[in-house]
Amino acid sequence: MIEVVVWICGSLLGLGAIACLVRVAKGPSILDRVLALDVMLLIISAALCLEMALNRHTDYVLFVVAACTIGFIGSVTVSRYVSDQRNA
Amino acid sequence: MDLFLDVLVAVLLILGCLMSLIAGIGLLTFPDMLTRMHAATKPQVLGFLLIFAGLAIHLRSWTVIPVLVLAWAMQLLTAPVSAHMIGRAGYRTKHAAKETLYSDELRQVVEKVSSAPHTGTVPEIDPQETGPDAK
Amino acid sequence: MPNKNLAPRDQRIDDALDTAGVRHRATLKQEWPLLLLLVFVWGALWQDFSPGNLIFGAVIALVIVNLFPLPPVVLSGRLNLWYCVKLFGWFLGQVVAASVHVAWLAVVRGKKTRSSVIAVPLRTDSDLIVMTVGHVLTLIPGSFVLDVDRSSSTLYLHYIDVDSAREVEKARENIRDIERRLIMAIGSQDEYEAIKNECSPRVRRTKEKP
Repeated sequence: MIEVVVWICGSLLGLGAIACLVRVAKGPSILDRVLALDVMLLIISAALCLEMALNRHTDYVLFVVAACTIGFIGSVTVSRYVSDQRNA
Repeated sequence: MDLFLDVLVAVLLILGCLMSLIAGIGLLTFPDMLTRMHAATKPQVLGFLLIFAGLAIHLRSWTVIPVLVLAWAMQLLTAPVSAHMIGRAGYRTKHAAKETLYSDELRQVVEKVSSAPHTGTVPEIDPQETGPDAK
Repeated sequence: MPNKNLAPRDQRIDDALDTAGVRHRATLKQEWPLLLLLVFVWGALWQDFSPGNLIFGAVIALVIVNLFPLPPVVLSGRLNLWYCVKLFGWFLGQVVAASVHVAWLAVVRGKKTRSSVIAVPLRTDSDLIVMTVGHVLTLIPGSFVLDVDRSSSTLYLHYIDVDSAREVEKARENIRDIERRLIMAIGSQDEYEAIKNECSPRVRRTKEKP
């Protein structure tokens, strides 16, 4: 049962990741790309949760916590420097 | 009972992953950057809640619940920070397409602030306070 | 217009350095929620809530808090657990409803989506409430904070799918509702009484006309 569920979830996440990558490639501004990469990190965390569910262990749970805790720093840094050049 | 829990886990996990897919679709279809940001918030809150709930029920263990609660709480604490910073930078640097806005009640304020001399304070507002321009 | 005299000035969160350049340190009385949170983080990360582990976590939390001091966060000193639970339940409901709405917009409406930037003057004067209101509404898909005017407690939001004057007004009332719920849960006593005595928004507006 869980195998089927993980297959379905994996394909949903994969499609989401492809959409993010398209936005990263297309994104008119750097902020679009940062945003898409943020979502990408969430998708990777979700995929780790799926893997933990499939193999019934909790080895990656600390990575998920770390991604949730410090994942925002990258986008904050980028937007901080983007907003520095006024009226750009 | 076990079957019921398994079905519940399946529904939770699939719905959670669906949130990520919809975020991806939203990133592609929404017209401008600020609107796209709404799509990005969805897996952060509801998607993770559903996936974490599904994982905790599937593992059938109580010890993993606090750490999942911690991860979700950290997500709730930090997600608005980056959303605010990206949104602010996007609005100020004109990356956002203003033509998709129905009304814009911030434009006048920003124009007033950016035309004022750079004294670090906002005109016509108590100089003791930090205005919207404070970093 | 909102009443700006709801709370005293000392509700403001202290800046890291005050006007004289002095750095304020938080006292233990102000800091115990942070210490409690750090101990919980320690226990959760080890997945072990035995007393010995928690005591060791408390020691580490004290060391961290004293090595890396932060400016004190002034809480209101009032906490209503029942309203907190109600707020959390309402928040989850809102998140689900708004997620479905944004999902529908993303899949069906797509490029034709119109949104608005609206200014919402809040009634409160405390930094804590302004910050939590901004936090909560950013977590609910469909709205996020673009900018804050601290001196007048005004939030500038980006609100999705708002394309008429009536909906702008509705969105503004939604944010006022979040503010009301938060003040009921964690606001100071003065603000709580002001909110409780307040009539419905429409009645208030007619009352204030001279």
